[in-house]
Amino acid sequence: MAEFLAHVRYFVGALALLAVIAVATPSVAQAPGQVNPTAQSVKEDQLFQQLNRLDGRVTIPDARSAVLIQPAGQSWREFHQSTLLWIAGISIVGMVVLLTVFYLVRGVVKLSSGKAGRTILRFNGFERFIHWMTATTFIILAISGLNLTFGKNLLLPLIGPEAFTAFSQWGKYAHNYLSFPFAIGVFFIFIMWIKDNIPNSVDVEWIKQGGGIVGKKHPPAYRFNAGQKIVYWIVVLGGVAVAISGYLLMFPFYGTGIAGMQLAQIIHGIVGVLMIAAMLAHIYIGTIGMEGAFDAMGSGEVDVNWAKEHHKLWVDEEMGKTGSTRARMTPAE
Amino acid sequence: MARMKFLCDADRCIECNACVTACKNEHDVPWGINRRRVVTINDGKPGERSVSMACMHCTDAPCAAVCPVNCFYTTADGVVLHSKDLCIGCGYCFYACPFGAPQYPRVGNFGSRGKMDKCTFCAGGPEADSTSAEYVKYGSNRLAEGKLPLCAEMCSTKSLLAGDGDIIAQIYKERVSKRGYGSGAWGWKTAYKETIAT
Ligand code: SF4
Ligand code: SF4
Repeated sequence: MAEFLAHVRYFVGALALLAVIAVATPSVAQAPGQVNPTAQSVKEDQLFQQLNRLDGRVTIPDARSAVLIQPAGQSWREFHQSTLLWIAGISIVGMVVLLTVFYLVRGVVKLSSGKAGRTILRFNGFERFIHWMTATTFIILAISGLNLTFGKNLLLPLIGPEAFTAFSQWGKYAHNYLSFPFAIGVFFIFIMWIKDNIPNSVDVEWIKQGGGIVGKKHPPAYRFNAGQKIVYWIVVLGGVAVAISGYLLMFPFYGTGIAGMQLAQIIHGIVGVLMIAAMLAHIYIGTIGMEGAFDAMGSGEVDVNWAKEHHKLWVDEEMGKTGSTRARMTPAE
Repeated sequence: MARMKFLCDADRCIECNACVTACKNEHDVPWGINRRRVVTINDGKPGERSVSMACMHCTDAPCAAVCPVNCFYTTADGVVLHSKDLCIGCGYCFYACPFGAPQYPRVGNFGSRGKMDKCTFCAGGPEADSTSAEYVKYGSNRLAEGKLPLCAEMCSTKSLLAGDGDIIAQIYKERVSKRGYGSGAWGWKTAYKETIAT
């Protein structure tokens, strides 16, 4: 009997439970304003309102692939395909035009007092070696760099895709490996000539007189005049900027993530083309632009009269230091 | 011609990574490279979603625009492919790609990254279709056999859709209207400059 009652109790209990569920279920499902938890989710638009890129988590070992969408790539594309071309075009073509006009109007800066026939040592062998190492590597870096920016528009249609790829591939190797002698050269230029390149009051006067290039006068200068000091600082500061940004790109993900690499490329591109424009001017004035200037980096010996015209204070210093022993006689021609 | 697209229905993705595995296997993808990956957003938080992502085969593709040797081309199906013979491994496409699709076999190795590799929509490369030369560089060419990308074909929840953009958009729309919610077509605005109105 007791057993039967226990069964009834279970039965009634089960029925009661069913009744409760039957009553309760529809009321839960139909409860107004109830939210479906599975319908709630992160949304791309909302995330992009707060963030400029979407990151998540991945289970594959490559943690870098956790960046889902980085629209910054499109801004970088805009820079690379448009902004950089304009900056490079205006600065480089502009400089060539400027130098051509200058050459036609002003002509070669002549040695007004004629040659003395005696020379004075301006740059020793080591200085010239560093200069030319930096200069030749810079030219190769510049050509291979410009090729990556302009090559596909200018060179590719001329030589075809296979030859252009071969050229660009070698250009890339050259760019990567010659960056080392270039950076070493910039370092030596920095320490070798820093003491002669601190701006001082003489520079102000030199600039006021247009450096004797624009005018006809020859403002005095120490070893380096204000124009050369500007070139020096462009090489040193620009060189450091392109070296750092370049090495960040050469070793991806060591120092930066994707955003850092985009920024590094932007800096590398802008500083690079501005340096190219500046070096065009430097090459011009060191070769065809000024009589006697090339000797300084050629043989290292410059004519005493040239030195007096362009670097009066330096000549005085040198003569005072050593008497005239460093100024050598060369047979008059 | 169809305009091929990918669409990941994040409300269905269960982050099983089968698409990732299938892709690696189908194409013999080199070590260290994953042409497809599954990214989980808001992991462990309410509303977390996983999105399977690979190259989206963008309209007006950024990678193609920036490549200094112009090695990309778009097929009649709208698939963005590239030539590994012409690629110089400069890394530019990787800077420009919004989806992190381009990858390199030797990342960080003195700038010699090697030839860029990315999802081909199972459509191979410039070599003749279904040749071993094509397979070695780009993997198998399922499109040439009339098949769609394997990742989507074998997705267990049919979260990942690949095929004619209009058709997969229609499928997604129907799903959203039926179940009453959808977290959106991830990446479509960025890749195709359009989204699916649901
Ligand atoms: S997803 Fe990246 S690699 Fe693919 S087409 Fe778009 S930009 Fe190019
Ligand atoms: S890595 Fe290759 S495909 Fe990518 S932009 Fe450079 S050359 Fe072109």
